[in-house]
Amino acid sequence: MHRLELIDISKQYPAVKANDRVRLRVKPGEIHAVLGENGAGKSTLMKIIYGAVRPDEGEMRWNGEQVQVASPAEARKLGISMVYQHFSLFDTLTAAENVWLGLDKSLSLADVVARIREVAGVYGLEVDPLRPVHTLSVGERQRVEIVRALMTSPKLLILDEPTSVLTPQAVQTLFVTLRKLAQEGCSILYISHKLDEIRALCHHCTVLRGGKVTGEVDPAKESNASLSRLMIGAEPPQLQHREPNLGSVVLSVRGLTLAKEDPFGTALDAVSFEVRAGEVVGIAGVSGNGQQELMAAISGEDRRAPAGSIRLFGNDIARASPRRRRVAGLHFVPEERLGRGAVPTLSLAQNTLLTRTGAVGAFGWLRIDAIGALAESLIRRFNVKAGGPGSAAKSLSGGNLQKFIVGREIDAQPKLLVVSQPTWGVDVGAAAQIRGELLALRDNGCAVLVVSEELDELFEICDRLIVIAQGRVSPGVATAAATVEQIGEWMSGLWSRDFAASHAPA
Amino acid sequence: MLRLEARPAPSRAMSLASPLIALAITVVIGTCLFVLLGKDPLRGLAVFFVEPLKSVYALTELAVKATPLLLIALGLAVCFRSNVWNIGAEGQFIVGAIAAGGIAMLAGKDTGNWFFVLVLAGGVLGGMLWAAIVALLRDRFNANEILVSLMLVYVAEQLLNYVVYGPWKDPHGYNFPQTITFLKSTQVPRLYGSYRVNIGTIGALVAVAAFWILLFRTYAGFQLQVGGLAPAAARYAGFSARKALWSALLLSGAMAGLAGGLEVAGPLGQLTPHVPAGYGFAAIIVAFVGRLHPVGIVFSAILMSMFYIGGELAQSRLGLPKSLTGVFQGLLLFTLLACDTLIAYRIRWTSSHATAPSSAALPASQMQSQTQTIDDAPLGPVVASSNLPTREST
Repeated sequence: MHRLELIDISKQYPAVKANDRVRLRVKPGEIHAVLGENGAGKSTLMKIIYGAVRPDEGEMRWNGEQVQVASPAEARKLGISMVYQHFSLFDTLTAAENVWLGLDKSLSLADVVARIREVAGVYGLEVDPLRPVHTLSVGERQRVEIVRALMTSPKLLILDEPTSVLTPQAVQTLFVTLRKLAQEGCSILYISHKLDEIRALCHHCTVLRGGKVTGEVDPAKESNASLSRLMIGAEPPQLQHREPNLGSVVLSVRGLTLAKEDPFGTALDAVSFEVRAGEVVGIAGVSGNGQQELMAAISGEDRRAPAGSIRLFGNDIARASPRRRRVAGLHFVPEERLGRGAVPTLSLAQNTLLTRTGAVGAFGWLRIDAIGALAESLIRRFNVKAGGPGSAAKSLSGGNLQKFIVGREIDAQPKLLVVSQPTWGVDVGAAAQIRGELLALRDNGCAVLVVSEELDELFEICDRLIVIAQGRVSPGVATAAATVEQIGEWMSGLWSRDFAASHAPA
Repeated sequence: MLRLEARPAPSRAMSLASPLIALAITVVIGTCLFVLLGKDPLRGLAVFFVEPLKSVYALTELAVKATPLLLIALGLAVCFRSNVWNIGAEGQFIVGAIAAGGIAMLAGKDTGNWFFVLVLAGGVLGGMLWAAIVALLRDRFNANEILVSLMLVYVAEQLLNYVVYGPWKDPHGYNFPQTITFLKSTQVPRLYGSYRVNIGTIGALVAVAAFWILLFRTYAGFQLQVGGLAPAAARYAGFSARKALWSALLLSGAMAGLAGGLEVAGPLGQLTPHVPAGYGFAAIIVAFVGRLHPVGIVFSAILMSMFYIGGELAQSRLGLPKSLTGVFQGLLLFTLLACDTLIAYRIRWTSSHATAPSSAALPASQMQSQTQTIDDAPLGPVVASSNLPTREST
């Protein structure tokens, strides 16, 4: 008998069919992967199981009995728990208070604290229940979420992209916990697009593409290439790597110390590094360790940086406006596409005006034809799927809008391109294209700085890596000489012993 | 049962139809109102929608009242599109009128006919000054501009009362609270015969074209609107939020002050405690009904002007209180906001068991994000008036 069985589940949204007669069977104690690209329908399916969304058609069986889950509360009553990708914790409350909020109020706070310690002990989830959440690292916050999910002793635990915020070491720790849970008979639905993890952890794998099930396999018997074929219908294209042709120093950051602006932000502490023409430098790190603050200081959105701490071709730009930096050759692609990199309700043509002023004539007169022509050429050159220059930015898929924004900045022929999370939430095909464009830019002598939380991506495109942790950056290391384990350790801030004596900071 | 369902994309057709549907509903409710008041509803509606269009005189009076509404609403449209919530155009109108009146009193017997230009310039500067207080407090102290601009309306009213009851009172005016009647040379040239309509109306139509160009054909207008639509994108692009705040407020203050100056140098001809006619507040409705679009605002200003005249006629012809004008204005805004829901949502009949609660109650933030655009087609943004401005630290 199956713990959970979905039979022909369909869900139609106004624009897309998110799930199309999806079948899924999970045995007791099984770690079951749901693999698919962004937009393949994974999240919708999980929300249906968890009662947050109603399916249009289909049947759900729980331990062999047909059930209708009308709400997450009903799902929890059945024994289904879910850990969302984006945490829902109150920063100003303690871990225990956060857990207590989600429980029925029969327990006292002291009981909850004791129970958290018990659950945390059994599964090796180190959590101090009395610490306020804003003092916890992202990994610790995730543990709070998992502990919260385990408080009710679930029979099925759903994890949505749980490793996107973890260091490689923390991923291994999480896997130990999950295997122990499975051994005790708890079924686990593990949603991911990371092939290595699925092959290492999961017993069974259901692959979704375009809302349909395209395969049911034993991941241990598959290769990354075969899983990838099921997921995207093709193997990911290989990138062309050429020998770097290093030029002069383009960006030089020296002693950049910046107090935090937001109470839950990260202060930057004496950040120093350089980027030369013709190389791609990657900044690795767990999210929330100062990446956003560093990007804002380099892009000019935050202009509090101490004078002289950021130089472009030797000129101090620490306090220059984003527009002056662009004139000097620094272009930036922010991580949020909608609302920052582009105005959602404006057309693609109008969105070119955010960073491109070629079509602005005398007295600020807008040459509408020229604006449209620029958008048109970007759409063609970067293979953006859009209705045309008049389409609203928000009508594009994430990948296509990202191609447009990256293209807008590349087309400006920057001397330094700074890109934050170049392929976040972008489908595999578009991601490969964007990475290829970045490498082409580097080969043409542009300096490229990439911030990403995906280590694989950084290893793929960067010539040199630096790691950011708690607002400090490590010395640089050539990608060819770096290992995932080493970078993972550095992501916890432990690089000093590797640089104890012999190495001078890069 | 009825259910609201998010549209895949906001409907352009509904964006245009919404003000018309709102007007239709306003008419229906108005009809019921007349019936309840024991009046012939047909006569009541005629007073509002037929009489103001019946003769040349009626049409010129319509223009006299539509002109200040149009001028103020144009300025407000820029403000609202920039996410700056100037609710105090009435105050800027009053201070504009006071400043214009002060200059008009300086005219002597031998002053040339060009003097009205100075009077209007005084009005513009007065309105800008009053709006600058709002900008300064927001810029320096992060004070909420909704509250500050609204409160300054009442300060402006007291200022007006002070001058007409005090230093500027006409010594030969039998102690009435009013200034002297301004000299002919301070008056804006009239357009046609003895009708009160003056060249201010032409000026307002020129302003419509100018604002259309500003909003849809200049980089400055684009920057202002990006600040309103997506503050983070404006910061990313490097568009200054402070500059947007100051220019939006100064521009709308100037327009309201100009309207105040035109009233002084036109139909009023003197300052009295009755200068404030509510144009500044009505213009907020005009701006929204006109979709914050210069061309749309022309139509809504005319409509609102009909309500003003209709209210006056209802008083004299039907014996109904003049406040009926306010009732109609309020009804129109209220039904418009309700109808605007249909731009981003459609109504569906569903059998009760298949109702998904998740899609029925989308957060308001999502709804409004779908209804704002920079668009030179005569439709586009209407923002729920509950949308409080987001604070940008600069």
